[in-house]
Amino acid sequence: MPTMAKLYSTRRLLCLLLIIFSLTIPLYVNSRFYLHILIICCIWAMAATSMNLIMGYTGQVNLAHGAFFGIGAYSAGLLILKLGFNFWPALILACAITVFLGFLIGLPALRTKGSYFAIGTMCFNVIVTVIIDSWEDLTGGARGLLGIPRPAPIPLPFGKEITFTSMASNYYLVLFSLFITILVVYRIVHSMMGRTFIAVRGNEELAESIGIHAMRSKLLSFLISTFFAGWAGVLYATYIGFLSPEISDYHVTFELLTYCLIGGLGTMIGPLIGAFILTISSELLHGIAVPRLVAYGFLLVIIMIFLRGGIVGGVRGLWLSFTRWGGR
Amino acid sequence: MSLFIQQVMNGIMLGSVYSLVALGLTLEYGILHIPNFAHGALYMVGAYFAFLLATTLGLNFWLAMIIAMISLALIGVLVERLVYRPLMLESPLSSFIAAIGLIFIFVDGALNIFGPDFKRFPPTHTQVFHILGTTITFQRIIIVAVTVALIVLLHFFIKKTTMGATIEATAQDREGAQLMGINVKRVRMMVFALGTALAAAAAALIAPIHLVHPGMGGPVILKAFVIIILGGMGSTPGAIIGGFMLGVVESLSGGYISTSYNEVFSFGVLVAVLAIRPTGLFGAR
Repeated sequence: MPTMAKLYSTRRLLCLLLIIFSLTIPLYVNSRFYLHILIICCIWAMAATSMNLIMGYTGQVNLAHGAFFGIGAYSAGLLILKLGFNFWPALILACAITVFLGFLIGLPALRTKGSYFAIGTMCFNVIVTVIIDSWEDLTGGARGLLGIPRPAPIPLPFGKEITFTSMASNYYLVLFSLFITILVVYRIVHSMMGRTFIAVRGNEELAESIGIHAMRSKLLSFLISTFFAGWAGVLYATYIGFLSPEISDYHVTFELLTYCLIGGLGTMIGPLIGAFILTISSELLHGIAVPRLVAYGFLLVIIMIFLRGGIVGGVRGLWLSFTRWGGR
Repeated sequence: MSLFIQQVMNGIMLGSVYSLVALGLTLEYGILHIPNFAHGALYMVGAYFAFLLATTLGLNFWLAMIIAMISLALIGVLVERLVYRPLMLESPLSSFIAAIGLIFIFVDGALNIFGPDFKRFPPTHTQVFHILGTTITFQRIIIVAVTVALIVLLHFFIKKTTMGATIEATAQDREGAQLMGINVKRVRMMVFALGTALAAAAAALIAPIHLVHPGMGGPVILKAFVIIILGGMGSTPGAIIGGFMLGVVESLSGGYISTSYNEVFSFGVLVAVLAIRPTGLFGAR
């Protein structure tokens, strides 16, 4: 397979270039506005990549992902503001809380299949938002949580420390988190565990018949995806500094779903492309009165009917027909 | 005691609306296997149609309701033809995601056209009755009466006419129906027309009591899904009884416990039922 090996190496080169490019962006972009957009993009890309693991690779349409994002964000906000936690323990504890709640809901919800799972998780999402909205003593209700501080500095030897006051340092923090998410999801998908996930996506009964514990695979995939959703939520909470119940709303879930589908579900790069293109375009079009969600709606319908693989699937199809045509 | 009766009356009124919406949804989901999540958005569009017809054109309530039902039936046919027909052979999840797209289009379209504020329907049928120490407006009696009439009409349509028989045959066995020469595509369009017309009727009926706004369909559609999952897919008696039960339970819990956790209550029941029986209360497999 010489062509495969060659393709693989160009792909590696492209990845390397992309990493170098993303690392050097703060050197030549000084505008706070553009860095802000990139930070938001990275946070949404993280959430979309984690959603891709359960939805794209394991085939379970989890419509509670926005709820887990919100749970992570609110847990961190409350731990820091009400209990006076430092950022780093709060980050770990908030992710743990999110995974724990994910376990509690995943265990019963994953017994259901197909549309039932989608509806069940969506109801859970609504419940979470209503509870955050109504439990005013704890969450502040519709007034929201104000004044969540930025991440605490990391002390280094010789009296130095890494602070997170500048935009560039915040950018590096979310970029680092995004890298970890991609790396973990990539390693999982290309391991034996990922193959069992994909087998469950293909046909659950068949997978069980060859000895895969389908429930365990689904739960594991679900928990890993909630972990990163919670982490992204914590980063959002401390970067923006303000939380309102809308951050756990099912509209967030729908937007993440749109990112995954437009980029290409079940591909590594798809959710990243979707999140970056849609977040950047919606931030840049902020001043112009474009009914953004109406456009998303048309995009979703058109993609479901004509371009099931999203942008990545479309490009792949074009590339295939191009190489076939060129080979003749 | 009078509080109890009042809440039960309110519950029956609310339950009529849920029944009509769930009935339309159970036709679409149970018979065609389309999880038409956009049903609630169409319900909202129906409310706006009735509202606009009654305010800008000054039509009376009944005429506005009937025209809204007819227009929504046409929109339902269009949605089926343009969106769900191409996805007919795909997994139901594709339709589900396309339905989410439709929700974006309708709800945020309405938000852009009509604005986020709540619209008040011109008051109609405001006569008040006092029964057993409770107060009931005439509009509430109309809601229940029209709901019952529509349910009876639908029953006769399905059981007594040839067109209804084709729907029932398709529900039982799609391939078999096709082999008998039934045009399944026409059945699909008919089911969608009926389902969305019922949703429009429910919306027009409740509009004079509740307010009309773009987000009004969201809670209703989730509750309708709760009803048809509890009541059994494609079961019309299940949808009707489930609708009335949910309405009464919600009204009683709102009257005696608290209204802000209303949704937690009904969706919590659904999550609990799915946890115990993953295919719904009356689900076969």
